Amino acid sequence: MAVDVIMPQMGESIFEGTITKWLKKPGDKVERDEPLFEISTDKVDAEIPAPAAGVLKEIKINEGQTVPIQTVVAVIDAAGSAAAAPAPAKPAAPPKQEAPAPVAAKPAAPARTPEPAAPKSAPAAAPAQTSAPVSRPSAAPPPPPSAEPENGKRIHSSPLVRRLARESNIDLTQLSGTGAGGRISKKDIQAAIASGAGRSSAGTAAPPVRPSAPPPPSTGAAAVQGAIESAVPRERIYFGQYEVQPMSVMRQKIAEHMVASKRVSPHVYSVDEADMSVVSAARAKYKGEFETRYGAKLTFMPFFMRACVEALRAFPSVNSSVDGTNMVLHREINLGIAVSLDNGLIVPVVRNAEEKNFLGLQRAVNDLAERARTKKLKPEEVQEGTFAITNPGVYGGLMGLPVISQPNVAILGVGAIQKRVVVIDDAIAIRPMVYLTLSYDHRVVDGATAHQFMGKLKSVLEEWNEPLI
Amino acid sequence: MSPTKTTAAVESKQVTFLEAIRQALFEEMERDPTVVMIGEDIGVYGGAFKVTAGLLERFGWERVIDTPISETAIIGAAVGMSYLGLRPVAEMQFIDFIACCFNQLTNFAAKSHYRWGAPAPIVVRGPSGGGIHGGPFHSQNPEMYFTHTPGLKVIYPATAYDAKGLMKSAIRDNNPVLFFEHKFLYRRIKEELPEGDYTVPIGKASVRREGRDLTIISYAAMLHTSLEAAETLAREGIECEVVDLRTLLPLDKETILKSVVKTNKLLIVHEDTRTGGIAGEIAAIVCEGAFDQLDGPVMRVTSLDTPVPYSPPLEEQFLPNTEKVVAAARDLAKY
Repeated sequence: MAVDVIMPQMGESIFEGTITKWLKKPGDKVERDEPLFEISTDKVDAEIPAPAAGVLKEIKINEGQTVPIQTVVAVIDAAGSAAAAPAPAKPAAPPKQEAPAPVAAKPAAPARTPEPAAPKSAPAAAPAQTSAPVSRPSAAPPPPPSAEPENGKRIHSSPLVRRLARESNIDLTQLSGTGAGGRISKKDIQAAIASGAGRSSAGTAAPPVRPSAPPPPSTGAAAVQGAIESAVPRERIYFGQYEVQPMSVMRQKIAEHMVASKRVSPHVYSVDEADMSVVSAARAKYKGEFETRYGAKLTFMPFFMRACVEALRAFPSVNSSVDGTNMVLHREINLGIAVSLDNGLIVPVVRNAEEKNFLGLQRAVNDLAERARTKKLKPEEVQEGTFAITNPGVYGGLMGLPVISQPNVAILGVGAIQKRVVVIDDAIAIRPMVYLTLSYDHRVVDGATAHQFMGKLKSVLEEWNEPLI
Repeated sequence: MSPTKTTAAVESKQVTFLEAIRQALFEEMERDPTVVMIGEDIGVYGGAFKVTAGLLERFGWERVIDTPISETAIIGAAVGMSYLGLRPVAEMQFIDFIACCFNQLTNFAAKSHYRWGAPAPIVVRGPSGGGIHGGPFHSQNPEMYFTHTPGLKVIYPATAYDAKGLMKSAIRDNNPVLFFEHKFLYRRIKEELPEGDYTVPIGKASVRREGRDLTIISYAAMLHTSLEAAETLAREGIECEVVDLRTLLPLDKETILKSVVKTNKLLIVHEDTRTGGIAGEIAAIVCEGAFDQLDGPVMRVTSLDTPVPYSPPLEEQFLPNTEKVVAAARDLAKY
């Protein structure tokens, strides 16, 4: 990574300097703070140290030349410094805005790193775009002389931090610091110990112990980047008897995603109900044969999926994503199906649902659910969904108001199918009814669209005519 | 200067730092007939600051001795008296003049017991420190010349309670003890002192304020500056532990290290000039005893390495103050 070497300001009233001697030539290796060149100014002659370690790539200003302060006099190819972010980019962070492309053409595809993360990760910004020079952190006390680890990267910490890291077997190169100048401070190492190690996790049968001070926030290792914010001062959480349980990585990611989704998308909800008599009857009639012939369990989910596919075909804006001031309309309909796990949830995706017949949908959803529960999903199977369906009804809920799975703009919540009393032609009837809730992003989906979408879902379900077999 | 004012009856009322010292001298002279006073203008005049006022009237000229202007003679005589069974308390009218008797103190008093088996139980006391526009010869803090001398003890209290208790301990100690009295505190601090005889142990620091974010070690007038800074910092969420050294030699390493282990960050504040001040010594002790407890560099706030300026604005720039301590503590807390 290129680091600019500039003509420094040696005094308050000095505005230029003359290079009197280059101590290195292009191609030479330089250490950080090693004398690199000599200058002469009105007030003082000085030896100027290299701002970064690496190889001197280019000398721009030669000996004898006088330039204003802050002029770039050379460029160093810095080695191993400023490591790229090791983790998925924050879902909420908008990637660098490309020039708005016409809707029909495909916009320049930014580089993507597949991540086996539960929430969908936003595409990482193209690496070649920025090459900001490394800025020297201005810490009032000089950074302590820190041991150079084997890979040559200087880690700023302190004797205390290094001891704690040694004792807890934590690799300091994996941590980012919140101390001055990015130093790994006592707080940071304590946080890493509290979440990362887990050996002495408090989730055991030991009686709850009240610590003398609130434990440091479990922000985890550098892998989880967003801080999980508290709405009240942390001390207010700790009273009486309690037990501290560090969050698993999945839980941390779910927490982050939920906060980000609510923050980014203005959630609005549409509720409707559908009469499932026709669907129930069809399912009851063909269940046995279906399962015998195809070896696949027949559930209600593919009915809802098919209804969604039809509704999304009719209202493509609900099958989109938002990128700044662009709406990205997806041509594929990739349905995410929320699956509840032991201590969390995951949303595997049925790709190209619009191309699948009923059997295809059922098989896909059964397979994904099974592999989700046995943790055998592949990373690409939880990515690139365009719409999601969740089923709070399976736990008996009448209806749910789900959080949109970013970067979708809507999610359907399906309640429990329950026999209810309804009015048909001014007579009382008993029908199996289901509440359907659509959570949608009001940036791009308006109430009218949402209600019409729901209407289409309802009509597909209530007038079901696709053969199951 | 009237006799009634100098009675030793300790009433429960607010007593100044200076008065506390005077009470100690008075009570020790009452308690032990071998305790004598020697110094310039201490008898008839009652002392430049009136610390010894009333002692001549009470104890007579054989026990309260006015001397010519010769610090060497004062200390030489004091050491000689101590060989003959007396326990002299020698005054330096301004502690700055202690430089005149450096040889007597370091080569005789300090080494007497070591070299000749002859203990020299003297106390050398005097007003020290600046902040009163006294200029270079009436404002110094020369404690480190003597903290550097094995064989001596060096005391520098910050409170009236300690001043009285430590003076008594100093007089009762069989070693040559230097007792520095910060003149800025003389009449500025007042405390209620307990009735009866009490001593404060030499060589023990005191934790004046408990905290968990960083430790401030200080003594004498700067202790009060440090406590003020700690108040300001507490409002910013930085909880400082403030330790009052009280004795510089022997230094209470245990209390120092215990506090550093607790907070992991150390700031030392002293009015003495920077180079050769006790902050460097403490930093080395902490490196030796608690290096891998440090979460930041040991920092110090001290006077500048110059003579004490006479010009008031320059003296203000020279001395530490609350703002400088707060700024340094903030930097350290952020580190």
